Amino acid sequence: MNLLILHIAVPSLTALAIMFVSSQRQVRTIAATGMSIQLIQSLVLLYQFLQERMSGNNAEVLFTQSFVWYPSLGINFDIGVDGIAVAMIMLTSIVIFTGVFASWEVNNLYKEFFISLIVLATGVYGFFVSLDLFVMFLFFELAVIPMYLLIGIWGSGPKEYAAMKLTLMLMGGSALLVVGILGVYFTANIETFNIIELSKQAFPIEMQRIFFPLLFIGFGVIGALFPFHTWSPDGHSSAPTAVSMLHAGVLMKLGGYGCLKVAIFLLPEAANEMSWIFLILTSISVLYGALATIVQTDLKYINAYSSVSHCGLVLFGLLMLNKTASNGAVLQMISHGLMTALFFALIGMLYSRTHTRIITQMGGLMKVLPFLSVCYVIGGLASLGLPGLSGFVAEMTIFVGAFQHNDIFHRVATIIAVSSIVVTAVYILRVVGMLLMGPVRSEEYNNFPKAKWFEKVATVSLIIGILVIGLAPLWLSTMIWDSLGPIVDKLVLK
Amino acid sequence: MSLQELLLMRHEWLLIAAVVALLLLELNFSEAKKTNVIPAAAIIFTIVTLIGFLPSENGRAFGGMFITDPIRTLMKNILNLGVLIVFLQSGSWLRTQNNFNRVTEFYLLIISSVIGVSYMISAGHLLMFYLGLELLTIPIAAAASYEQYKSKSAEAGIKLILSSAFSSAILLFGISMLYGTTGTLYFSDIKLAGELLTVLSFVFLFSGLAFKISIVPFHLWTADVYEGSPTSITSYLSVVSKGAAIFVLLIFFASVFGPLQEVWQQVVYGTAIFTMTIGNLFAIRQQNLKRFLAFSSIAQAGFILLGMVGGTPLGMATVIYFILIYVFSNLAAFGVVVAVEQVSGKINITDYNGLYNTNPRLSLTMMLALFSLAGIPPLAGFFGKFFLFTAAAESGFYTLLFIAVLNAVISLYYYLLVVKAMFINKSDAPIGYFQSDYSSRIAMSACVLGILTTGFYSPIFEFIKKLCLESF
Repeated sequence: MNLLILHIAVPSLTALAIMFVSSQRQVRTIAATGMSIQLIQSLVLLYQFLQERMSGNNAEVLFTQSFVWYPSLGINFDIGVDGIAVAMIMLTSIVIFTGVFASWEVNNLYKEFFISLIVLATGVYGFFVSLDLFVMFLFFELAVIPMYLLIGIWGSGPKEYAAMKLTLMLMGGSALLVVGILGVYFTANIETFNIIELSKQAFPIEMQRIFFPLLFIGFGVIGALFPFHTWSPDGHSSAPTAVSMLHAGVLMKLGGYGCLKVAIFLLPEAANEMSWIFLILTSISVLYGALATIVQTDLKYINAYSSVSHCGLVLFGLLMLNKTASNGAVLQMISHGLMTALFFALIGMLYSRTHTRIITQMGGLMKVLPFLSVCYVIGGLASLGLPGLSGFVAEMTIFVGAFQHNDIFHRVATIIAVSSIVVTAVYILRVVGMLLMGPVRSEEYNNFPKAKWFEKVATVSLIIGILVIGLAPLWLSTMIWDSLGPIVDKLVLK
Repeated sequence: MSLQELLLMRHEWLLIAAVVALLLLELNFSEAKKTNVIPAAAIIFTIVTLIGFLPSENGRAFGGMFITDPIRTLMKNILNLGVLIVFLQSGSWLRTQNNFNRVTEFYLLIISSVIGVSYMISAGHLLMFYLGLELLTIPIAAAASYEQYKSKSAEAGIKLILSSAFSSAILLFGISMLYGTTGTLYFSDIKLAGELLTVLSFVFLFSGLAFKISIVPFHLWTADVYEGSPTSITSYLSVVSKGAAIFVLLIFFASVFGPLQEVWQQVVYGTAIFTMTIGNLFAIRQQNLKRFLAFSSIAQAGFILLGMVGGTPLGMATVIYFILIYVFSNLAAFGVVVAVEQVSGKINITDYNGLYNTNPRLSLTMMLALFSLAGIPPLAGFFGKFFLFTAAAESGFYTLLFIAVLNAVISLYYYLLVVKAMFINKSDAPIGYFQSDYSSRIAMSACVLGILTTGFYSPIFEFIKKLCLESF
């Protein structure tokens, strides 16, 4: 049985199995078991993929399989992965695995919660493994809709407003995708939605000019492209912990992945021609997101705005349209996925103790919750790009790639984006200082329960991920580098 | 007239037999036991529907006035399925105090109307078509005022009959102009050229049908009639009557008005935009679920026009496929509305607050139905809508497509409002737990099954597409 099919089947079956049990204990056990199996098979997939590459298999995508679905429209259930997809699947598995543990104590409608969460994850896996634009789009929307219920039912604060805003904006993005996908399909006119087949077609430039922006913005909305990022702060801050983790950690990466593997891959000439427009937007994203973070006091808003900044960096790297920067962008997707998941998990854990997320009302947590606080510091250091952690590897690669352009426009854009690193340091250290250092704020803090086992599982798994990428990035970087070949080679660099 | 020729009208004979059987059956029951007709009618109509699916002969009868071919048979079968679901859902409503002693009338009226639907679809002659259309409408106007003790129901009946009469007049005017220019009423003999009078006749015929489909600007009767009619009739109106008119429009576009494609393309293009947008914008403001579903069904009609605008076989196939899915989705939604209305008498969206806590299954059915209408994967509606979009893109109508996808997002907003009411909002006095009757549970399970599987099971679409390639 194809490992990729199992990646869709296991979460689906897990969700199905949860439907038939009732007690919270059983639900949690099934969810945790299912997602553990998923994590293990993702590791197996990674291992097999690296094995194949080592043994000299240089095919564009591996483990392909195709099932005819709608023959008259050329829709096939095509699956297959390249290095980028494998990396993203690995990321998803880690985040959803930790997400299950981070939501161990959901008491209200726990059954529905885990079903929605896992359906969402199924959508994400399906998106990464599919090679057919129609199937990809199907899974994309499947990943968006459970968000509404997850935020609306289990969220906090202005949750109904946030849920509606997020859903409608993301669906608006996917509306643009419909037009873009159909445009590509009918212009190619080879009766297939298969990305690999479509990429071999030469599309006329007039048509590319119309459909590239649709596809790029369509995916860009979920990748928090300025000015379509406004769903992100509201959505993330209202969502329950695991959903914020999965959403900021993985779902926002669907945007970057789609921009790279659909928009830029299929329509390279337009990408070359129009990248400057989007570069301006992403530079604004990067700097504006970072600056907006400084003035926030709510922990979740802090993390949400910093996500806008970091995800802006992903699109920024992709738009440099060269191999180094794109490589950095993909690394940044993974690195940001891990660290933002870590942040949101920790925020959830702190909130369950302090019952507030406003940093000015907290302080001195390092003394009462040493484990969680140290984890927070590690996440923070990764976020500001400390060498040895994943953030450094990613951001460094992006900026090195960006500086390979020697015209003034790219230089200015790059300098603007680089300056965000300084701002990042400001807000991270500010939060660490106010939240963790200083005197213990209140007597009650001494009664806080220490980190529980499931909290440790969640945080430690994520930190391991951050450390592995930070200390030994080469294997991952090579894996991505090889897969970027077919995409970047199509870009005719002027 | 040979026996074989008569057998071409199998659907119609079966329906007539069902009417006769029900009349005879009613004689055997005393006043108090009239409700026994309910299960009998369900069984009889199940048999009628099933026989309809058996392979049949193709051909023409009455010198070409009546046509049977696979695509028309398929259309009738889809609509029969819809009627069957309506019958199954209406059981508990018919058993109530006010209705139990005149159950048979309900079935007779609906089945007569279905006979009209069948003749209308099979018509090969404009007069035959007109007769079918009238037979479709008049019994439904009577059925709309079935609860004549409620002023709203009586009002709905009058509104329906008046607006139908008006639209029929317009339609007949169109037919007469067509006769004036071509000298014949047989579809196969009409050869249109782009003269002004034929264009005018098209406009009139289209307007007449647009009333039935409730295309903007001919939609004004819809919300009031839907709201006032008994909910079972509303679901019939919104699914079967509308579906039949759309099917006939398809046939007209492919046969009689084929040569006028350039003209009707513009008309369809314009009305599609208005229908979607106005349907959606009005739906947002509705509180009453029946009015809400009325405007949502107007918007859906706008999306359906997207499949017609290109006039390609693919477009025709997507329209028929979408109607099939629309039957399941819309009837599932109406099924929930009927069940809740029957138990609690409540019909507003706010009354559904907290429904998930008390009636999880009903809420899930409603959610699936609405998500399918909104076109959310992996439900059937997603496939239906995506294929309609494909049809529009195939002919290069990207601007129209763009407006349509934006409308799809707007429609998601108001569908989510109902989902929000059921799942998120809290209520001090939610609708209590109840169990709906056996037959309506069967109907709803069938709808849910249809919503969940139609998209995944691709042979259905491939079959329809093949038929369309052969026929159009």
